[in-house]
Amino acid sequence: MNFSNLFRIAYRALLRNKLRAFLTMLGIIIGVASVIAMVAIGQGSKQSIHDQLSSMGTNMLTVQPASNLNGGVRIAGTSFQTLTSKDIDALKNHPQYITELSPSVSSKGQAINGALNWPTTMTGVSPEYLDIRKLSVKDGIPFTQNDVLTSAKVCLIGQTVIDNIFPNGENPIGKIIRFGHIPFQIIGVLSPKGFNTFGQDQDDILIAPYTTVQKRILATIYYSNIYASAASEDVTDLAVTEMTNKLRASHRLRDSEDNDFTVRTQQELIATLSSTSGLLTVLLTVVASISLVIGGIGIMNIMYVSVTERTKEIGLRMSIGARGKDILLQFLMEAILISITGGVIGVLLGFLSTQIVTMTLGWPTIISQSSVVLSFVVCAVTGIFFGYYPAQKASRLDPIEALRYE
Amino acid sequence: MSKKALEIKELKREFKMGSETVRALKGITFDVEPGEFVTIMGSSGSGKTTLLNILGCLDKPTIGDYFLDGVDIKKLNRDELAQLRNHKIGFVFQSYNLLARTSALENVELPLLYNKGISVSERRERAMHALEAVKLENRFDHMPNQLSGGQQQRVAIARALVNQPVMILADEATGNLDSRTSYEIMALMQELNSTQGKTIVFVTHEPDIAAFSSRTIQLRDGIVQKDTKNENPKSAKEMLAALPVTDDYKI
Ligand SMILES: Nc1ncnc2c1ncn2[C@@H]1O[C@H](COP(=O)(O)OP(=O)(O)O)[C@@H](O)[C@H]1O
Ligand SMILES: [Mg+2]
Repeated sequence: MNFSNLFRIAYRALLRNKLRAFLTMLGIIIGVASVIAMVAIGQGSKQSIHDQLSSMGTNMLTVQPASNLNGGVRIAGTSFQTLTSKDIDALKNHPQYITELSPSVSSKGQAINGALNWPTTMTGVSPEYLDIRKLSVKDGIPFTQNDVLTSAKVCLIGQTVIDNIFPNGENPIGKIIRFGHIPFQIIGVLSPKGFNTFGQDQDDILIAPYTTVQKRILATIYYSNIYASAASEDVTDLAVTEMTNKLRASHRLRDSEDNDFTVRTQQELIATLSSTSGLLTVLLTVVASISLVIGGIGIMNIMYVSVTERTKEIGLRMSIGARGKDILLQFLMEAILISITGGVIGVLLGFLSTQIVTMTLGWPTIISQSSVVLSFVVCAVTGIFFGYYPAQKASRLDPIEALRYE
Repeated sequence: MSKKALEIKELKREFKMGSETVRALKGITFDVEPGEFVTIMGSSGSGKTTLLNILGCLDKPTIGDYFLDGVDIKKLNRDELAQLRNHKIGFVFQSYNLLARTSALENVELPLLYNKGISVSERRERAMHALEAVKLENRFDHMPNQLSGGQQQRVAIARALVNQPVMILADEATGNLDSRTSYEIMALMQELNSTQGKTIVFVTHEPDIAAFSSRTIQLRDGIVQKDTKNENPKSAKEMLAALPVTDDYKI
């Protein structure tokens, strides 16, 4: 039997029971649509993480204090106090690797304006910090090296803090607020950055000279981090090596000792997070694939029912000359038609639901071609795989028995 | 006549039912010439259907020979038998066996879909032609449930004719029909037999149906009890004309 006849037979048989064909398709439709939507969501979030981190500067380097297992007791990295002004001095003057440097110390506390207050974080940094983090001052001016030297009680304010302690839209520039017990004059407003990938509000912040935070609020000589800019993206690895060597020297670590700090590059962070969301994509895909398999089992189930229900039809077809092979191919073709039609509808529904997710929830999504192709191939394979056994059962029926079946 | 339409010799068919063996056919021998109109008679359980299934190559005898149009069917495998059914045999069943929700034309086309050498246009043409032969050409787009029993059986006959078989096999083809409609079907059979020279083997248990054929083989308990030629078969057309006309039967 030639292909067009085969196609015609299967196609007519499906048309004869449209509802059943549709119900069979449903599993495939949902499976394919969910694969496409899930992968689109996974890919979209991966891309947006990447974009956000890149916008923070791909040549940013971060030094964090870390455990070096001295004495055998590990404590959380942030509670180590190993970074001091000596380290800043050690890292200075290597313009071929490091162009900008800023220590950072943070303190949580209440920002108070008269009767209004708001819990926020004050980060103490040097003026270079704004450059390193690609922050900018929207109104007013940033503080200067002189403010650092004098531990000036000035600060830059983020939009969220403004919204909460200056709710009536007054200009905060020049105003005095208190952070804890210390009065600060607001000299600049930071350009809003919105939420970051981790859901943190990047505008819920006060930025002040690090000396002010160290001396007037925390009374510490240690830094919680050191931020630096590599001279270019290409030298980040060299910069990491250089910084590590300088810091080891500055910390007087012997060769046998581990680092008591870590130097991270932005690329590492991007890679880590991308692989995390890559894992998310894999998980989502697995879940969606399971629904595709369930769809396939649905096909098998209905095809079995269909073979039983259509026993008499099969008997008739055999009596007028259909060979076992013809019957097998007919039912296989039906299964394939169902799964491919379901696949097409599923792809469309996948596109649609992805659009809906983007529009209603505002999630970034990217429909990947490979997910469309893959789910389509899986569909066809599912049709053949799960359609085969019912089709084989049909093809092995005895024509007389089948004709007599009621 | 050089070649018989069919030839059977000492045909036996046994069914194993657990430890018991049912001997449905116990040694049957007869020939049918091309162009003969044979009815097979016999009470229920006498083996008529079993015999017809073998003649129609749906089943194989346990022992014995069967030549269809000179071909020894013993030598054929399942697929070759299917081909043979497609090319040489047209079946008509008691319960019509039309595909539901499928137009008369598509039902008639069905055997041609299993015949490789036929183009789409030829298929349509031949199916239409077959419908004309049973005078249903203007119902070609009707679904089976929009047709009366007699009309459905005529569609089934058109389906049996469409591949131009050498032989039409009918099993109680008038069994579900009232007598007027039965006569209509028999008139059609007689016409196919006389004008197209189709060999017909028609199973029935009604003697008045057998009277329309040129030969009657009487089966009893799996053997041929009587094989009689009918020199002047009744004309179903005349019988039909003689029946009082009642509009109820006309759809
Ligand atoms: N598939 C089968 N299995 C067992 N016995 C069968 C089978 N088919 C027919 N028979 C038996 O063979 C005999 C003849 O049956 P059948 O040919 O159907 O008779 P008829 O068509 O003349 O009524 C019956 O006794 C029936 O029970
Ligand atoms: Mg019978």
